[in-house]
Amino acid sequence: MVSEEKVIVCDKLTKRFGDFIATNEITFEVNKGEIFGFLGANGAGKTTAMRMLCGLSSPTSGNATIAGFDVYRQTEDIKRNIGYMSQKFSLYENLTVLENIEFFGGIYGLSDQQLKTKTAELVDRLGLKSEAKKLVGSLPLGWKQKLSFSVAVLHEPKIVFLDEPTGGVDPVTRRQFWDMIYEAAERGITVFVTTHYMDEAEYCNRISIMVDGKMEVLDTPANLKNTFNVGSMDEVFYQLARGAKRAD
Amino acid sequence: MRTLKFLLRKEFRQIFRDKAIVALIFFMPCIQLIIMPLAADYEVRNVNLAVVDHDKSSYSQKLISKVIASGYFRLQGYNASFKEAFALIESDKADLILEIPQDFERNLIREDKQKLFVAVNAINGTKANLGGSYLGTIIAAFNADIRLQLIQQPRFSAFPVIDIVANNWFNPVLNYKVFIVPGILAILVTMVGGFLTALNIVKEKEVGTIEQINVTPIKKHIFILGKLIPFWVLANIIFTIGLLLARLIYGITPVGSLFTLYIFISVYLLTVLGFGLLVSTFCDTQQQAMFIMFFFMMIFILLGGLFTSIDSMPQWAKLLTRLNPVRYMIEVMRMVILKGSSLKDVLPQLGVVSLMAVILNGWAILNYKKTN
Amino acid sequence: MKQFIAFVRKEFYHVLRDRRTLLILFGMPIVQILLFGFALTNEVKDSKILVVDYAKDHASGQLIAKIGASRYFKIQKASLTRQEILSTFQQGEIKAVVVFPGNFNENLLHANKAQIQVITDATDINTANMVTNYLSSIILDYQNQMNENLAIPYQIIPETRMLYNPQLKGAHGFVPGVMALVLMLVSVMMTAISIVREKEMGTMEILLVSPFKPVLVIFAKAIPYLILSLINVVAILLLSVFVLDLPVKGSVLLLFAESTLFIITCLTLGIFISIKTDSQQVAMLISLMGMLLPTMMFSGFLFPIENMPVPLQVISNLIPSKWFYIIVKSIMIKGLGIAALWKETLILLGMTAFLLVISLKSFKIRLQ
Repeated sequence: MVSEEKVIVCDKLTKRFGDFIATNEITFEVNKGEIFGFLGANGAGKTTAMRMLCGLSSPTSGNATIAGFDVYRQTEDIKRNIGYMSQKFSLYENLTVLENIEFFGGIYGLSDQQLKTKTAELVDRLGLKSEAKKLVGSLPLGWKQKLSFSVAVLHEPKIVFLDEPTGGVDPVTRRQFWDMIYEAAERGITVFVTTHYMDEAEYCNRISIMVDGKMEVLDTPANLKNTFNVGSMDEVFYQLARGAKRAD
Repeated sequence: MRTLKFLLRKEFRQIFRDKAIVALIFFMPCIQLIIMPLAADYEVRNVNLAVVDHDKSSYSQKLISKVIASGYFRLQGYNASFKEAFALIESDKADLILEIPQDFERNLIREDKQKLFVAVNAINGTKANLGGSYLGTIIAAFNADIRLQLIQQPRFSAFPVIDIVANNWFNPVLNYKVFIVPGILAILVTMVGGFLTALNIVKEKEVGTIEQINVTPIKKHIFILGKLIPFWVLANIIFTIGLLLARLIYGITPVGSLFTLYIFISVYLLTVLGFGLLVSTFCDTQQQAMFIMFFFMMIFILLGGLFTSIDSMPQWAKLLTRLNPVRYMIEVMRMVILKGSSLKDVLPQLGVVSLMAVILNGWAILNYKKTN
Repeated sequence: MKQFIAFVRKEFYHVLRDRRTLLILFGMPIVQILLFGFALTNEVKDSKILVVDYAKDHASGQLIAKIGASRYFKIQKASLTRQEILSTFQQGEIKAVVVFPGNFNENLLHANKAQIQVITDATDINTANMVTNYLSSIILDYQNQMNENLAIPYQIIPETRMLYNPQLKGAHGFVPGVMALVLMLVSVMMTAISIVREKEMGTMEILLVSPFKPVLVIFAKAIPYLILSLINVVAILLLSVFVLDLPVKGSVLLLFAESTLFIITCLTLGIFISIKTDSQQVAMLISLMGMLLPTMMFSGFLFPIENMPVPLQVISNLIPSKWFYIIVKSIMIKGLGIAALWKETLILLGMTAFLLVISLKSFKIRLQ
């Protein structure tokens, strides 16, 4: 489903915090419907870059357009067209599953009818029927993550940003999670995902690896393995990350 | 508007989900409103008096019994010396010492003039002032009695006397409850509203849910409104309960119109909540927000004119109280509830508070940054 | 012991890292002592009063000039009916109205008796009382001046001395009061919130599974606040001595010892609250909303405790700041020593021990 349309265009995007350059002149493009993996060691600058793309943080220099909107001036337009799932679980723990869905659907402007069908669909797909009226805080982590993702794509955004969405969950749940990602991509939603798991990297159409705030490589998993002449993504990552000066 | 509906629904759900907090929000102010006024009694009725009577004459006895009979003083005992009486002051058992010198009666008759000594524990200024001046009045009255007796005046006084007729309006018997209840209600509503709003946005920051909000296309002013309205409603409910309690327990019924009162409280709450929200946007943790609110609340309350009158502050402090929203609230509560002031009378206060509301809320919206 | 020190050090870093809280922590007591030391007085100054002079004669003119000349009052003249006086009060600016009836001078000189009516706005009793008193003394003074030439027989002249505070400065009552208030609320809130916060964030679990005794973990959290509070005591005392001119009459050492005791009492109260609650919001609401007004009112520095109904007098005994207020007042202003304060000291000690015991008890129950 990957088309030629560019939904993320990034040109020398940079973010400084005082002397520290968190993200250093990253340049790349992402096509519509693509699953774009964003890799890097801890502290490499992934989250900072992602926050700029989501309009949560203003870049220091460089340019970027998300879904055709400028990251400096049109952050609110960007927000209308994206979904975001942060590293830290950030749905309301003291609201129930249904109440969270209703709330986020509501502020993204879904109509009552849409809300109703979407909610039913979602609860059904996640198998959360019996938990629908439970407080989100009481759910196991895996379900929380899946719920977060579903809420992030509830309004059918053009792009969804996922910041380490599968941290701390078991392999089965991770598998299910990726199934959901594929479904979303099938519907034409571009997926921009950061991860630490190299097996997950293999699921991406293209991946980039950040080292010390710079984007070192950007290609398909197969091409990368060829270039580095190694058998797995693990080794590609290891070779690059070994040269890093920053670590957490 | 539709977004606002969802925001409000969410906020109300969250507020009422935590039963412990709901209980605190409603019960604490009520209990305090019931109990605090009982404690706030400034009436100088129980001034503790130590007497050192060196004379032990019939005059000195008469004077002492006249002082006790006034009802303002409580005799803590006769002491043999000033030193002994002073020990009572040191241990806070006495507030005033009345010392009658030896030969008081004899000298008064023989020499026409006699001194009396009064010593006041002046650490607690109000009590000292009032107690001392009551004692002075009683001594003067005693003096007049004596004089009358000794020179057996005819129909009228031989000396010009100015009679002061004091009239205390709105609260003729100087009931402290009448004076303090509206003020305490004002403070309680301010605290509930202020603290809760201050904690609210910060809590979302601390827990991280604010990220999920910031990444939505929600408008900043809608978000702030969504935070403002629930606490505004809540504070209004508490205010109403408070008014009812004031009526049921202390028999205080607003003399002025409820309409005026609610107009003012509505605008005033916007100011207080706006202040809370502003603090909230400046802080990263609930702890910080709490301390900043605490800091300002204490100043607001102590400089609000409830416990000490604004009239007795130095000029700079008076100017400072003009920036204090609580001051206007307490003023208006007294004006409308006790004096029956009309909307026109409270227009100046309403104007200032409205201006504050606009500034504080505007500032809160500006300072709430969805993009850093 | 070494472990304990390491823990305390860690807590210190925590506290010192949060610059904003630190700023408030130190700024708050300083600003408040200064503000209240200067601003809270019990003296009326420049109160606006209205004079209605129906007499317009020699005596009323003189007396009005005398009232106007005093620093207590700012006068406005008007002639108003009762109804108009009512609406003046409703506007809220004027605190009292002084009415001179017609023929004031004549009555005074020929009948030897004249009346002045003082009408106060008693919605603010404190001001009303003070205004009446000041007016009375000015009028009395005028009367005495008139009589000076006439020899009045049998005169009793009261000589009044103001003990401790001859100039009737507000600072004398308020510095010890604000000190008790600030120390109490800061210490209780700080400990309560910082411990509950760890619970809420889940970091408490980590500390509790460490080989270190859980109780000591709690104590280690309280120690930085003890030290910070003591620094606050120093700052407050310096300000009161050098800025407010309120010297410590008694022993500074004793004052410090008592302050330390009081702070420890408050810290244990904070610990107790933190053990009993699970969310920061509840801890804050309890330690702030639940304690701010009661501490202000029951400490005795705003309202005389002996005037309260007996049940409330009993309740006031439970407020640690009441005892500390007495202690500070006695040491700073009266210059008393421990001999006069052993009772209050024992009470604070008792409270601390009690809070400590029940905290430890409920803490153990929670751990099981």
